[in-house]
Amino acid sequence: MTLDDIVLAVRSAHDSAAPLRIRGAGSKDFYGGLLAGDLLDVSGYRGITAYEPTELYITARCGTPLSEIEATLAEKGQMLAFEPPHFSGATAGGCVAAGLSGPRRQQAGAVRDFVLGVKLVDGTGQVLNFGGQVMKNVAGYDVSRLIAGSFGTLGVIAEVTLKVLPRPVAEQTLVFSMDRGEALKKLNQWGGQPLPISASFWHQGQLWLRLSGAGAAVEAACRKLGGDPAVNAKNHWNSIREQTHPAFAGDILWRLALPSTAPCPGLDDLRAIEWGGALRWYAGEQSAIRGAAARLGGHAVLYRAPESLRCLEGAFAPLSPALLALHRRLKKAFDPKGILNPGRLYAEF
Amino acid sequence: MTAMSSNEPAFQTDRSALASRLKTILPPHCLLIDEEDLRPYECDGLTAYRELPMAVCLPETEGQVIDVLRNCHQLGVPVVARGAGTGLSGGAMPHAQGVVLSLARFNKILRLDREARLAVVQPGVRNLAVSEAAAPFGLYYAPDPSSQIACTLGGNVAENSGGVHCLKYGLTVHNVLRIRVISIEGEVFEIGSEAPDAAGYDLLALLIGSEGMLGVVTEVTVKLVPKPELAQVVMASFDDVAKAGDAVAAIIAAGIIPAGLEMMDKPATAAVEPFVKAGYDLNAEAILLCESDGTPEEVAEEIARVTEVLNAAGASEIRVSQSEAERLRFWAGRKAAFPAVGRITPDYYCMDGTIPRKRLAEMLSAIAEMEKKYGLRCANVFHAGDGNLHPLIMYDASQPGNWERAEAFGAEILELSVALGGSITGEHGVGIEKINQMCSQYAMPELEAFHRIKAAFDETGLLNPGKAVPSLHRCAEYGRMHVHHGDVKFPELERF
Repeated sequence: MTLDDIVLAVRSAHDSAAPLRIRGAGSKDFYGGLLAGDLLDVSGYRGITAYEPTELYITARCGTPLSEIEATLAEKGQMLAFEPPHFSGATAGGCVAAGLSGPRRQQAGAVRDFVLGVKLVDGTGQVLNFGGQVMKNVAGYDVSRLIAGSFGTLGVIAEVTLKVLPRPVAEQTLVFSMDRGEALKKLNQWGGQPLPISASFWHQGQLWLRLSGAGAAVEAACRKLGGDPAVNAKNHWNSIREQTHPAFAGDILWRLALPSTAPCPGLDDLRAIEWGGALRWYAGEQSAIRGAAARLGGHAVLYRAPESLRCLEGAFAPLSPALLALHRRLKKAFDPKGILNPGRLYAEF
Repeated sequence: MTAMSSNEPAFQTDRSALASRLKTILPPHCLLIDEEDLRPYECDGLTAYRELPMAVCLPETEGQVIDVLRNCHQLGVPVVARGAGTGLSGGAMPHAQGVVLSLARFNKILRLDREARLAVVQPGVRNLAVSEAAAPFGLYYAPDPSSQIACTLGGNVAENSGGVHCLKYGLTVHNVLRIRVISIEGEVFEIGSEAPDAAGYDLLALLIGSEGMLGVVTEVTVKLVPKPELAQVVMASFDDVAKAGDAVAAIIAAGIIPAGLEMMDKPATAAVEPFVKAGYDLNAEAILLCESDGTPEEVAEEIARVTEVLNAAGASEIRVSQSEAERLRFWAGRKAAFPAVGRITPDYYCMDGTIPRKRLAEMLSAIAEMEKKYGLRCANVFHAGDGNLHPLIMYDASQPGNWERAEAFGAEILELSVALGGSITGEHGVGIEKINQMCSQYAMPELEAFHRIKAAFDETGLLNPGKAVPSLHRCAEYGRMHVHHGDVKFPELERF
């Protein structure tokens, strides 16, 4: 597959005003708004086109599997620090489009923090290049980061350049027994101290804490924090990143983003707490969850659910009328006919 | 000097109608309309470009900001928002037909939350004031542009400001959680939140660094981070600039992300040392400053590894700061580089290109050639860790033709930055200064996309007109015939 194939497909869809649904590996088909439109499979547009370990970036075509990227980085002792989930074969393009970050987000930042540049095919079939391969670039609007989490609604992400980081020299995981209130209190306290905490996960009375950094720093933090050293920690964090951990089981799963200090809303079936308290998972039908999240200064994503519920509730928290109008205008600026992944982010566009 | 091309959008403002309208919405102490009062606002940190506005508004409440914007929108009057005016790219240079909207009186820290590690501040709060207020809690605001004692958070948001620590701690865009923005129509938008991954498009990323083109910020929530227990600096001398550049790559290749990694060339250290007495090696062709921070154990471990790498890279001398006073002295020279150069030349022009680190030696030898070509000297300070070069071109504005040569020298550096795979601006913004070089960095389809984004926020084009994104006509006029991948840009446009 070539870039021209993508361009031609989009142009033809544009000419006939026929919606396209853009797909890499389809590993996140379950996430976001419902799928609609003719399939544009971009998994064949793949390959790492540039990797400069000492410049701290990697450039890959959209269909490149994350596993290939991470294996390449690992050879040079580097990583994608935002730890994106792979699920089944996730690709570079899908990773940026969905904007999902993993356990290390609380320390390293989100997908968008690592996007340095994108090559887009907009809704008219035009190829656009934004950003680049340098760490600092403030020329023009930062479209590269805007694209992270845009679900392909602003353009087909053809190629991305991501900032990479060295893997930490040392990693240790500690386990503590504590209830959710205590865990939230501790996580926020620790967050205000210079401790190398790179991930946290609370589930059923147990708090897992991962420390990453220089060997001496990790050892010193372990001594300071106490807790029990975890066995099989690597598998544990992988099961959280890939959501194979039992906490993520069930037909209906809500992802609550809250200020890390917010108390837990009075809802049943809290499954897990991540990101130092800022990410909380709930299961089951929760009619009050969106209102509760908003009152606490956050928002609730219907992360996984049967189609009927996704249709009814929408995947993402509704936008204010002013913001929705702005989203529509931006969508139009990139995709005037509204053919790219319509409804994948919001039903309105 | 006026920087506007003849083809920028034209505005015809009725001065007296504007003044009487503004008088109905602002109390007298919040409005300047006499020429002598307007004069101090005619430029920002880029003093070579000046323009007198028709009025300066100094609102004290968000309601007044909304009123000013609404009325300017109704009257079709351009609005240029301004913080402390320390910007180096003319982003806050006024529009001759417009008003300057100064946020200087929005100078309160509204909330400082120790537990949540964040501060909610008004846009006129100085960058350093945030860290000073957070210091009792062991927290600070990480981005530290050199102008941090004066520059404001609103300006930092507009420019996506960096600093010497952004390799490890990120730019403004990585450290701002939420902003409150007023559109030109006077509509209020809450963008981002204290919770992660706000719903919808990442408008925060789009607005940060948008140079006052999309909206006016009235509130900023920033992330505060724990202050490291200890910081130490390694200072290394090199007898060859290329070796120093290779040493930077070697540090990164060793898996080390230092808290700061700066380089100065010989002309820069020569300018600084008599002024600051930082103890720099004046025989070195280049010096590197590499800072490590964290727990004492972590710092000791990292300093040992850095020293090893620098030795292997051929450093001729290595010194490690032995006290906080010595660390600050090592940095004092770097931080005073601009004023120090200002002491040895009547005027200097600070550039801001980024390049891939590995092209550093190439860039520096090209700059040496340009010094001969333009007959001007240049000192180089470099955020080496993230490839952000600040050449300081020395000139004398009182000599006819001197500024024009300095400007052409700077333009050539920026265009070479693009050609080497970098950018025309790493942290100072495009403003009016680099508007022509935008035509080198981007092709027409991207520039058109930028204009469509602008229109999605500001259809009438009243916010900071003529800045940041050049009109397509301007690019054709400027005649940049850059060849990218064999394609001539703007083949469909006539050349002048």
